[in-house]
Amino acid sequence: MSSVLYDAQGPRAKRRNVILTVVFLVALAALLWWVFGTLKDKGQLEWALWEPFFHTEAWSTYIWPGLQNTLKAAALAVIIAMPLGAVLGIARLSDHAWVRAPAAIVVEFFRSIPVLVLMIFGLALFAEYTNVSSDDRPLYAVVTGLVLYNASVLAEIVRAGILSLPKGQSEAAMAIGLRKGQLMRLILLPQAVTAMLPAIVSQLVVIVKDTALGGAVLTYSELLSSANTMSGYYGANIIASFTVVALIFIALNFALTSFAGWLERRLRRAKKSTGAVVGVNDAEVAGTTGTGPGGTV
Amino acid sequence: MFDFLEDYDLLGAFWTTVQLAVLSAVGSLIWGTLLAAMRVGPVPLMRGFGTAYVNIVRNIPLTVIILFTSLGLNQTLGVSLGANDVETINFRLAVLGLILYTSSFVCEALRSGINTVPVGQAEAARAIGLSFNQVLGLIVLPQAFRSSVVPLANVLIALIKNTTVAAAIGVAEAAVLMKEMIENEAQLLLISAIIAFGFVVLTLPTGLFLGWVGKKVAVKR
Repeated sequence: MSSVLYDAQGPRAKRRNVILTVVFLVALAALLWWVFGTLKDKGQLEWALWEPFFHTEAWSTYIWPGLQNTLKAAALAVIIAMPLGAVLGIARLSDHAWVRAPAAIVVEFFRSIPVLVLMIFGLALFAEYTNVSSDDRPLYAVVTGLVLYNASVLAEIVRAGILSLPKGQSEAAMAIGLRKGQLMRLILLPQAVTAMLPAIVSQLVVIVKDTALGGAVLTYSELLSSANTMSGYYGANIIASFTVVALIFIALNFALTSFAGWLERRLRRAKKSTGAVVGVNDAEVAGTTGTGPGGTV
Repeated sequence: MFDFLEDYDLLGAFWTTVQLAVLSAVGSLIWGTLLAAMRVGPVPLMRGFGTAYVNIVRNIPLTVIILFTSLGLNQTLGVSLGANDVETINFRLAVLGLILYTSSFVCEALRSGINTVPVGQAEAARAIGLSFNQVLGLIVLPQAFRSSVVPLANVLIALIKNTTVAAAIGVAEAAVLMKEMIENEAQLLLISAIIAFGFVVLTLPTGLFLGWVGKKVAVKR
Protein backbone atom coordinates (compact mmCIF):
# COMPACT_ATOMS: atom_id res chain seq x y z
CA MET A 1 0.00 0.00 0.00
CA SER A 2 1.42 3.34 -0.96
CA SER A 3 -0.20 6.68 -1.58
CA VAL A 4 0.66 10.23 -2.41
CA LEU A 5 1.67 10.61 1.24
CA TYR A 6 4.24 7.84 1.59
CA ASP A 7 6.49 5.42 -0.30
CA ALA A 8 6.54 1.66 -0.35
CA GLN A 9 7.91 0.75 3.06
CA GLY A 10 11.36 -0.46 3.90
CA PRO A 11 12.36 -2.57 6.90
CA ARG A 12 12.50 0.36 9.36
CA ALA A 13 9.08 1.68 8.39
CA LYS A 14 7.64 -1.82 8.64
CA ARG A 15 9.01 -2.26 12.15
CA ARG A 16 7.57 1.12 13.15
CA ASN A 17 4.19 0.11 11.76
CA VAL A 18 4.16 -3.07 13.81
CA ILE A 19 4.93 -1.09 16.98
CA LEU A 20 2.18 1.44 16.17
CA THR A 21 -0.28 -1.37 15.49
CA VAL A 22 0.45 -3.01 18.84
CA VAL A 23 0.18 0.28 20.76
CA PHE A 24 -3.09 1.11 19.03
CA LEU A 25 -4.46 -2.38 19.65
CA VAL A 26 -3.67 -2.07 23.36
CA ALA A 27 -5.37 1.35 23.56
CA LEU A 28 -8.42 0.03 21.72
CA ALA A 29 -8.61 -3.02 23.96
CA ALA A 30 -8.32 -0.82 27.07
CA LEU A 31 -11.21 1.32 25.82
CA LEU A 32 -13.39 -1.71 25.10
CA TRP A 33 -12.46 -3.19 28.48
CA TRP A 34 -13.57 0.02 30.19
CA VAL A 35 -16.83 0.15 28.23
CA PHE A 36 -17.70 -3.46 29.01
CA GLY A 37 -16.66 -3.02 32.63
CA THR A 38 -18.95 -0.04 33.06
CA LEU A 39 -21.81 -1.78 31.26
CA LYS A 40 -21.40 -4.78 33.51
CA ASP A 41 -21.20 -2.71 36.69
CA LYS A 42 -24.45 -1.00 35.82
CA GLY A 43 -26.11 -4.30 34.94
CA GLN A 44 -26.65 -3.33 31.32
CA LEU A 45 -25.40 -6.64 29.96
CA GLU A 46 -28.18 -8.63 31.67
CA TRP A 47 -29.74 -10.92 29.12
CA ALA A 48 -33.24 -9.82 30.17
CA LEU A 49 -32.57 -6.33 28.77
CA TRP A 50 -31.50 -7.61 25.35
CA GLU A 51 -33.84 -10.57 25.07
CA PRO A 52 -36.93 -8.64 23.80
CA PHE A 53 -35.13 -7.86 20.54
CA PHE A 54 -34.97 -11.54 19.72
CA HIS A 55 -38.75 -11.85 19.83
CA THR A 56 -41.12 -10.57 17.17
CA GLU A 57 -43.16 -8.56 19.68
CA ALA A 58 -40.62 -5.75 20.02
CA TRP A 59 -40.26 -5.54 16.26
CA SER A 60 -43.94 -5.63 15.37
CA THR A 61 -45.15 -3.38 18.21
CA TYR A 62 -42.40 -0.76 18.43
CA ILE A 63 -39.63 -0.90 15.88
CA TRP A 64 -41.54 -1.55 12.65
CA PRO A 65 -44.25 1.12 13.23
CA GLY A 66 -41.49 3.58 14.21
CA LEU A 67 -39.48 2.76 11.11
CA GLN A 68 -42.61 3.11 8.98
CA ASN A 69 -43.20 6.61 10.36
CA THR A 70 -39.56 7.54 9.76
CA LEU A 71 -39.79 6.36 6.16
CA LYS A 72 -43.17 8.01 5.68
CA ALA A 73 -41.93 11.43 6.78
CA ALA A 74 -38.76 11.06 4.70
CA ALA A 75 -40.65 9.94 1.59
CA LEU A 76 -43.24 12.72 1.84
CA ALA A 77 -40.47 15.27 2.32
CA VAL A 78 -38.57 14.09 -0.76
CA ILE A 79 -41.67 13.92 -2.96
CA ILE A 80 -42.73 17.46 -2.06
CA ALA A 81 -39.24 18.96 -1.96
CA MET A 82 -38.09 17.60 -5.31
CA PRO A 83 -40.37 19.65 -7.63
CA LEU A 84 -39.97 22.71 -5.40
CA GLY A 85 -36.20 22.33 -5.54
CA ALA A 86 -36.27 21.90 -9.31
CA VAL A 87 -38.31 25.09 -9.74
CA LEU A 88 -36.05 27.08 -7.41
CA GLY A 89 -32.90 25.70 -9.00
CA ILE A 90 -34.02 26.55 -12.52
CA ALA A 91 -35.25 29.96 -11.37
CA ARG A 92 -31.76 30.71 -10.04
CA LEU A 93 -30.42 30.18 -13.56
CA SER A 94 -32.96 32.48 -15.17
CA ASP A 95 -31.85 35.26 -17.48
CA HIS A 96 -34.15 37.70 -15.68
CA ALA A 97 -32.80 39.26 -12.52
CA TRP A 98 -36.30 39.61 -11.04
CA VAL A 99 -36.69 35.81 -11.15
CA ARG A 100 -33.11 35.03 -10.17
CA ALA A 101 -32.87 37.30 -7.14
CA PRO A 102 -35.95 36.16 -5.18
CA ALA A 103 -35.09 32.51 -5.83
CA ALA A 104 -31.56 33.13 -4.58
CA ILE A 105 -32.84 34.84 -1.43
CA VAL A 106 -35.29 32.02 -0.66
CA VAL A 107 -32.67 29.33 -1.20
CA GLU A 108 -29.91 31.02 0.81
CA PHE A 109 -32.35 31.91 3.62
CA PHE A 110 -33.68 28.42 4.18
CA ARG A 111 -30.26 26.85 3.82
CA SER A 112 -28.90 28.98 6.63
CA ILE A 113 -31.57 28.08 9.19
CA PRO A 114 -31.50 24.86 11.26
CA VAL A 115 -34.12 22.27 10.31
CA LEU A 116 -35.21 22.08 13.94
CA VAL A 117 -36.13 25.77 13.96
CA LEU A 118 -38.19 25.24 10.79
CA MET A 119 -39.91 22.23 12.39
CA ILE A 120 -40.79 24.11 15.57
CA PHE A 121 -42.12 26.93 13.42
CA GLY A 122 -44.18 24.44 11.41
CA LEU A 123 -45.67 22.88 14.53
CA ALA A 124 -46.83 26.23 15.88
CA LEU A 125 -48.02 27.33 12.46
CA PHE A 126 -50.28 24.30 12.03
CA ALA A 127 -51.57 24.67 15.58
CA GLU A 128 -52.44 28.31 15.12
CA TYR A 129 -53.66 28.75 11.58
CA THR A 130 -55.04 25.35 10.48
CA ASN A 131 -57.36 22.75 11.94
CA VAL A 132 -55.00 19.80 11.45
CA SER A 133 -55.71 17.48 14.39
CA SER A 134 -53.10 17.49 17.12
CA ASP A 135 -52.28 13.84 16.34
CA ASP A 136 -51.26 14.67 12.79
CA ARG A 137 -49.52 17.93 13.61
CA PRO A 138 -46.07 16.47 14.40
CA LEU A 139 -45.98 14.68 11.01
CA TYR A 140 -47.05 17.86 9.20
CA ALA A 141 -44.46 19.90 11.09
CA VAL A 142 -41.63 17.43 10.46
CA VAL A 143 -42.44 17.26 6.75
CA THR A 144 -42.76 21.07 6.52
CA GLY A 145 -39.37 21.60 8.13
CA LEU A 146 -37.72 18.96 5.97
CA VAL A 147 -39.33 20.30 2.77
CA LEU A 148 -38.35 23.93 3.37
CA TYR A 149 -34.74 23.02 4.10
CA ASN A 150 -34.25 20.27 1.54
CA ALA A 151 -36.02 22.08 -1.29
CA SER A 152 -33.33 24.75 -1.05
CA VAL A 153 -30.55 22.17 -0.89
CA LEU A 154 -32.05 20.29 -3.84
CA ALA A 155 -32.28 23.61 -5.69
CA GLU A 156 -28.51 23.94 -5.37
CA ILE A 157 -28.06 20.35 -6.55
CA VAL A 158 -30.26 21.00 -9.60
CA ARG A 159 -28.35 24.15 -10.38
CA ALA A 160 -25.02 22.37 -10.02
CA GLY A 161 -26.36 19.57 -12.23
CA ILE A 162 -27.31 21.94 -15.02
CA LEU A 163 -24.07 23.92 -14.71
CA SER A 164 -22.04 20.70 -14.82
CA LEU A 165 -23.14 20.00 -18.40
CA PRO A 166 -20.65 20.95 -21.11
CA LYS A 167 -21.33 24.35 -22.67
CA GLY A 168 -21.50 22.79 -26.13
CA GLN A 169 -24.84 21.23 -25.25
CA SER A 170 -26.69 24.54 -24.94
CA GLU A 171 -24.68 26.12 -27.77
CA ALA A 172 -25.64 23.30 -30.12
CA ALA A 173 -29.28 23.50 -29.01
CA MET A 174 -29.37 27.24 -29.66
CA ALA A 175 -27.61 26.76 -33.00
CA ILE A 176 -30.41 24.47 -34.23
CA GLY A 177 -32.91 27.14 -33.20
CA LEU A 178 -34.41 25.81 -29.94
CA ARG A 179 -36.04 28.36 -27.67
CA LYS A 180 -34.94 28.79 -24.02
CA GLY A 181 -37.80 26.67 -22.71
CA GLN A 182 -37.07 23.91 -25.18
CA LEU A 183 -33.37 24.06 -24.40
CA MET A 184 -34.09 23.52 -20.71
CA ARG A 185 -36.81 20.91 -21.20
CA LEU A 186 -35.36 18.86 -24.03
CA ILE A 187 -31.62 19.18 -23.67
CA LEU A 188 -30.41 20.30 -20.24
CA LEU A 189 -32.88 18.81 -17.74
CA PRO A 190 -32.85 15.21 -19.00
CA GLN A 191 -29.07 15.13 -18.85
CA ALA A 192 -28.90 17.02 -15.58
CA VAL A 193 -31.26 14.56 -13.86
CA THR A 194 -28.90 11.65 -14.41
CA ALA A 195 -25.93 13.80 -13.42
CA MET A 196 -27.67 14.75 -10.16
CA LEU A 197 -28.77 11.29 -9.08
CA PRO A 198 -25.83 10.51 -6.75
CA ALA A 199 -26.18 13.85 -4.98
CA ILE A 200 -29.95 13.40 -4.59
CA VAL A 201 -29.59 9.90 -3.16
CA SER A 202 -27.03 11.09 -0.64
CA GLN A 203 -29.35 13.92 0.34
CA LEU A 204 -31.86 11.20 1.24
CA VAL A 205 -29.48 10.18 4.02
CA VAL A 206 -29.70 13.68 5.49
CA ILE A 207 -33.49 13.59 5.30
CA VAL A 208 -33.73 10.19 7.02
CA LYS A 209 -31.38 11.36 9.76
CA ASP A 210 -33.29 14.60 10.31
CA THR A 211 -36.60 12.80 10.85
CA ALA A 212 -35.14 11.72 14.21
CA LEU A 213 -35.44 15.36 15.33
CA GLY A 214 -39.20 15.00 15.03
CA GLY A 215 -39.08 12.11 17.48
CA ALA A 216 -36.88 13.86 20.02
CA VAL A 217 -38.38 17.34 20.05
CA LEU A 218 -41.82 17.27 18.36
CA THR A 219 -43.33 14.05 19.79
CA TYR A 220 -43.52 12.47 16.33
CA SER A 221 -43.59 8.71 16.93
CA GLU A 222 -40.74 7.60 14.67
CA LEU A 223 -37.92 5.11 15.14
CA LEU A 224 -35.95 7.05 17.76
CA SER A 225 -38.97 7.72 19.94
CA SER A 226 -39.85 4.02 19.73
CA ALA A 227 -36.51 3.37 21.48
CA ASN A 228 -37.69 5.52 24.37
CA THR A 229 -41.05 3.75 24.53
CA MET A 230 -39.36 0.36 24.44
CA SER A 231 -36.98 1.12 27.26
CA GLY A 232 -39.95 2.22 29.32
CA TYR A 233 -41.82 -0.98 28.57
CA TYR A 234 -39.00 -3.52 28.80
CA GLY A 235 -37.49 -2.05 31.97
CA ALA A 236 -34.82 0.60 31.44
CA ASN A 237 -32.87 -1.09 28.65
CA ILE A 238 -31.82 2.27 27.19
CA ILE A 239 -28.46 0.96 26.00
CA ALA A 240 -30.02 -2.04 24.26
CA SER A 241 -32.84 -0.06 22.64
CA PHE A 242 -30.51 2.67 21.40
CA THR A 243 -28.08 0.10 20.02
CA VAL A 244 -30.84 -1.59 18.02
CA VAL A 245 -32.23 1.71 16.72
CA ALA A 246 -28.77 3.01 15.83
CA LEU A 247 -28.01 -0.23 13.97
CA ILE A 248 -31.18 0.15 11.91
CA PHE A 249 -30.29 3.76 11.04
CA ILE A 250 -26.73 2.72 10.16
CA ALA A 251 -27.94 -0.13 7.92
CA LEU A 252 -30.49 2.08 6.14
CA ASN A 253 -28.14 5.02 5.61
CA PHE A 254 -25.13 2.90 4.77
CA ALA A 255 -27.19 1.24 2.04
CA LEU A 256 -28.19 4.66 0.68
CA THR A 257 -24.62 6.01 0.85
CA SER A 258 -23.21 2.96 -0.91
CA PHE A 259 -25.91 3.17 -3.57
CA ALA A 260 -25.04 6.84 -4.17
CA GLY A 261 -21.36 6.00 -4.47
CA TRP A 262 -22.09 3.15 -6.88
CA LEU A 263 -24.30 5.43 -9.00
CA GLU A 264 -21.58 8.08 -9.10
CA ARG A 265 -18.87 5.63 -10.18
CA ARG A 266 -21.20 4.14 -12.77
CA LEU A 267 -22.11 7.53 -14.22
CA ARG A 268 -18.49 8.64 -14.36
CA ARG A 269 -17.68 5.49 -16.33
CA ALA A 270 -20.62 5.72 -18.72
CA LYS A 271 -19.44 6.40 -22.27
CA LYS A 272 -22.76 7.54 -23.73
CA SER A 273 -23.25 10.51 -21.42
CA THR A 274 -21.44 13.83 -21.44
CA GLY A 275 -19.54 12.67 -18.38
CA ALA A 276 -21.06 15.39 -16.22
CA VAL A 277 -21.74 14.20 -12.67
CA VAL A 278 -22.68 16.09 -9.53
CA GLY A 279 -20.90 13.92 -7.01
CA VAL A 280 -21.87 13.16 -3.48
CA ASN A 281 -19.84 16.11 -2.20
CA ASP A 282 -19.98 18.50 -5.14
CA ALA A 283 -23.21 20.40 -4.56
CA GLU A 284 -21.78 22.48 -1.73
CA VAL A 285 -18.84 23.61 -3.83
CA ALA A 286 -21.19 24.89 -6.53
CA GLY A 287 -23.05 27.18 -4.13
CA THR A 288 -22.19 30.74 -5.01
CA THR A 289 -22.13 32.13 -1.52
CA GLY A 290 -21.73 28.85 0.32
CA THR A 291 -24.26 29.37 3.06
CA GLY A 292 -24.46 25.77 3.97
CA PRO A 293 -23.68 22.26 2.98
CA GLY A 294 -25.47 20.36 0.30
CA GLY A 295 -23.39 17.46 1.52
CA THR A 296 -24.35 14.83 4.01
CA VAL A 297 -23.60 16.65 7.25
CA MET B 1 -44.30 44.94 19.51
CA PHE B 2 -40.86 43.92 20.74
CA ASP B 3 -41.76 44.44 24.41
CA PHE B 4 -42.02 40.75 25.21
CA LEU B 5 -38.35 40.27 24.42
CA GLU B 6 -37.46 41.89 27.75
CA ASP B 7 -38.77 38.80 29.53
CA TYR B 8 -36.40 36.49 27.68
CA ASP B 9 -32.65 36.12 27.52
CA LEU B 10 -32.31 36.17 23.74
CA LEU B 11 -28.63 37.10 23.70
CA GLY B 12 -27.91 34.54 26.41
CA ALA B 13 -29.51 31.78 24.35
CA PHE B 14 -27.52 32.69 21.25
CA TRP B 15 -24.39 32.98 23.40
CA THR B 16 -24.97 29.36 24.45
CA THR B 17 -25.35 28.45 20.75
CA VAL B 18 -22.05 30.17 19.97
CA GLN B 19 -20.31 28.46 22.89
CA LEU B 20 -21.60 25.06 21.78
CA ALA B 21 -20.44 25.75 18.23
CA VAL B 22 -16.96 27.03 19.14
CA LEU B 23 -16.14 24.30 21.67
CA SER B 24 -17.42 21.57 19.36
CA ALA B 25 -15.60 23.08 16.39
CA VAL B 26 -12.25 23.03 18.22
CA GLY B 27 -12.87 19.53 19.58
CA SER B 28 -13.98 18.04 16.29
CA LEU B 29 -11.12 19.70 14.42
CA ILE B 30 -8.66 17.94 16.74
CA TRP B 31 -10.38 14.53 16.76
CA GLY B 32 -11.23 14.81 13.05
CA THR B 33 -7.60 15.57 12.15
CA LEU B 34 -6.46 12.54 14.16
CA LEU B 35 -9.04 10.40 12.36
CA ALA B 36 -7.92 11.74 8.98
CA ALA B 37 -4.29 11.00 9.90
CA MET B 38 -5.29 7.43 10.76
CA ARG B 39 -7.27 7.02 7.54
CA VAL B 40 -4.47 8.13 5.24
CA GLY B 41 -1.62 6.67 7.29
CA PRO B 42 0.41 3.53 6.58
CA VAL B 43 -0.85 1.40 9.53
CA PRO B 44 -3.64 -0.94 8.30
CA LEU B 45 -5.29 -1.34 11.71
CA MET B 46 -5.57 2.43 12.19
CA ARG B 47 -6.89 2.84 8.64
CA GLY B 48 -9.55 0.23 9.36
CA PHE B 49 -10.50 1.92 12.62
CA GLY B 50 -10.77 5.34 10.96
CA THR B 51 -12.87 4.01 8.10
CA ALA B 52 -15.17 2.09 10.44
CA TYR B 53 -15.58 5.09 12.77
CA VAL B 54 -16.47 7.49 9.96
CA ASN B 55 -18.87 5.10 8.23
CA ILE B 56 -20.68 4.21 11.44
CA VAL B 57 -20.89 7.65 13.04
CA ARG B 58 -21.93 9.67 10.02
CA ASN B 59 -24.83 7.28 9.36
CA ILE B 60 -26.32 7.70 12.84
CA PRO B 61 -28.61 10.72 13.26
CA LEU B 62 -27.01 13.38 15.47
CA THR B 63 -30.21 13.38 17.51
CA VAL B 64 -29.68 9.72 18.41
CA ILE B 65 -26.10 10.42 19.48
CA ILE B 66 -26.99 13.43 21.62
CA LEU B 67 -29.97 11.75 23.26
CA PHE B 68 -27.76 8.75 23.95
CA THR B 69 -25.11 10.87 25.69
CA SER B 70 -27.82 12.02 28.09
CA LEU B 71 -30.02 8.93 28.55
CA GLY B 72 -27.33 6.31 28.05
CA LEU B 73 -23.98 7.75 29.13
CA ASN B 74 -25.22 10.03 31.87
CA GLN B 75 -28.39 8.54 33.32
CA THR B 76 -27.63 4.87 32.84
CA LEU B 77 -23.85 4.64 33.05
CA GLY B 78 -23.32 7.63 35.36
CA VAL B 79 -20.80 9.50 33.20
CA SER B 80 -20.95 13.15 34.26
CA LEU B 81 -17.80 14.61 32.63
CA GLY B 82 -16.69 16.21 35.89
CA ALA B 83 -19.70 18.48 36.34
CA ASN B 84 -22.16 18.54 39.21
CA ASP B 85 -25.27 20.46 38.18
CA VAL B 86 -27.64 19.22 35.49
CA GLU B 87 -27.19 22.23 33.23
CA THR B 88 -23.41 21.95 33.00
CA ILE B 89 -23.61 18.18 32.56
CA ASN B 90 -26.06 18.47 29.68
CA PHE B 91 -24.00 21.21 28.06
CA ARG B 92 -20.84 19.10 28.20
CA LEU B 93 -22.69 16.02 26.98
CA ALA B 94 -24.05 18.01 24.02
CA VAL B 95 -20.51 19.21 23.18
CA LEU B 96 -19.26 15.62 23.41
CA GLY B 97 -22.03 14.39 21.10
CA LEU B 98 -21.41 17.19 18.59
CA ILE B 99 -17.66 16.46 18.60
CA LEU B 100 -18.13 12.70 18.08
CA TYR B 101 -20.51 13.36 15.18
CA THR B 102 -18.87 16.35 13.48
CA SER B 103 -15.35 14.91 13.58
CA SER B 104 -16.36 12.24 11.06
CA PHE B 105 -17.23 15.01 8.60
CA VAL B 106 -14.07 16.97 9.43
CA CYS B 107 -12.10 13.80 8.67
CA GLU B 108 -13.78 13.46 5.28
CA ALA B 109 -13.25 17.14 4.46
CA LEU B 110 -9.52 16.88 5.23
CA ARG B 111 -9.23 13.63 3.31
CA SER B 112 -10.89 15.20 0.28
CA GLY B 113 -8.28 17.96 0.52
CA ILE B 114 -5.45 15.43 0.49
CA ASN B 115 -7.06 13.65 -2.47
CA THR B 116 -6.96 16.84 -4.55
CA VAL B 117 -3.14 16.81 -4.52
CA PRO B 118 -2.02 15.06 -7.72
CA VAL B 119 0.30 12.07 -7.23
CA GLY B 120 2.74 13.77 -9.61
CA GLN B 121 3.49 16.40 -6.95
CA ALA B 122 4.79 13.81 -4.49
CA GLU B 123 6.57 11.90 -7.26
CA ALA B 124 8.31 15.04 -8.47
CA ALA B 125 9.28 15.91 -4.89
CA ARG B 126 10.79 12.46 -4.37
CA ALA B 127 12.55 12.66 -7.73
CA ILE B 128 14.42 15.79 -6.68
CA GLY B 129 15.54 13.96 -3.55
CA LEU B 130 13.32 15.36 -0.80
CA SER B 131 12.94 13.18 2.29
CA PHE B 132 9.59 11.82 3.46
CA ASN B 133 9.14 14.62 5.99
CA GLN B 134 10.00 17.22 3.38
CA VAL B 135 7.58 15.73 0.85
CA LEU B 136 4.81 15.84 3.42
CA GLY B 137 5.66 19.15 5.08
CA LEU B 138 6.73 21.20 2.06
CA ILE B 139 4.76 19.77 -0.84
CA VAL B 140 1.68 17.72 -0.01
CA LEU B 141 0.16 19.09 3.19
CA PRO B 142 0.38 22.81 2.31
CA GLN B 143 -1.60 22.12 -0.87
CA ALA B 144 -4.01 19.80 0.94
CA PHE B 145 -4.81 22.33 3.67
CA ARG B 146 -5.49 25.04 1.13
CA SER B 147 -8.11 23.01 -0.69
CA SER B 148 -9.70 21.84 2.59
CA VAL B 149 -10.82 25.33 3.60
CA VAL B 150 -14.11 25.33 1.69
CA PRO B 151 -15.25 21.82 2.71
CA LEU B 152 -14.26 22.58 6.33
CA ALA B 153 -16.24 25.83 6.21
CA ASN B 154 -19.30 23.86 5.10
CA VAL B 155 -18.84 21.49 8.02
CA LEU B 156 -18.54 24.46 10.40
CA ILE B 157 -21.78 25.99 9.11
CA ALA B 158 -23.57 22.65 9.43
CA LEU B 159 -22.19 22.44 12.98
CA ILE B 160 -23.57 25.87 13.89
CA LYS B 161 -27.00 24.75 12.69
CA ASN B 162 -26.63 21.36 14.37
CA THR B 163 -26.14 22.95 17.80
CA THR B 164 -29.95 23.27 17.91
CA VAL B 165 -30.12 19.48 18.29
CA ALA B 166 -28.84 20.05 21.85
CA ALA B 167 -32.42 21.19 22.48
CA ALA B 168 -33.30 17.48 22.60
CA ILE B 169 -31.52 17.22 25.98
CA GLY B 170 -32.62 20.64 27.19
CA VAL B 171 -29.49 22.74 26.75
CA ALA B 172 -30.84 26.30 26.90
CA GLU B 173 -29.82 27.45 23.41
CA ALA B 174 -31.74 29.32 20.72
CA ALA B 175 -34.18 26.56 19.66
CA VAL B 176 -35.26 25.91 23.26
CA LEU B 177 -35.84 29.63 23.77
CA MET B 178 -37.83 29.76 20.54
CA LYS B 179 -40.07 26.92 21.71
CA GLU B 180 -40.56 28.62 25.08
CA MET B 181 -41.38 32.00 23.52
CA ILE B 182 -43.84 30.46 21.04
CA GLU B 183 -45.64 28.70 23.87
CA ASN B 184 -46.00 31.85 25.94
CA GLU B 185 -46.47 34.65 23.44
CA ALA B 186 -48.90 35.05 20.55
CA GLN B 187 -46.24 36.36 18.15
CA LEU B 188 -45.36 33.27 16.13
CA LEU B 189 -44.14 34.97 12.96
CA LEU B 190 -42.15 37.66 14.76
CA ILE B 191 -40.47 35.18 17.12
CA SER B 192 -39.57 32.83 14.26
CA ALA B 193 -38.21 35.73 12.23
CA ILE B 194 -36.00 36.85 15.13
CA ILE B 195 -34.57 33.35 15.70
CA ALA B 196 -34.12 32.79 11.96
CA PHE B 197 -32.37 36.16 11.71
CA GLY B 198 -30.03 35.14 14.53
CA PHE B 199 -28.97 32.02 12.65
CA VAL B 200 -28.61 33.89 9.36
CA VAL B 201 -26.30 36.33 11.17
CA LEU B 202 -24.23 33.44 12.52
CA THR B 203 -24.01 31.34 9.35
CA LEU B 204 -24.10 33.72 6.38
CA PRO B 205 -21.02 35.84 7.20
CA THR B 206 -19.10 32.71 8.25
CA GLY B 207 -19.93 31.11 4.91
CA LEU B 208 -19.15 34.22 2.88
CA PHE B 209 -15.88 34.92 4.70
CA LEU B 210 -14.56 31.36 4.65
CA GLY B 211 -15.73 30.90 1.06
CA TRP B 212 -13.71 33.99 0.14
CA VAL B 213 -10.69 32.73 2.08
CA GLY B 214 -11.06 29.33 0.44
CA LYS B 215 -11.08 30.83 -3.03
CA LYS B 216 -8.13 33.06 -2.21
CA VAL B 217 -5.90 30.28 -0.92
CA ALA B 218 -7.02 27.50 -3.27
CA VAL B 219 -4.34 26.05 -5.52
CA LYS B 220 -5.26 26.87 -9.12
CA ARG B 221 -5.13 23.74 -11.25
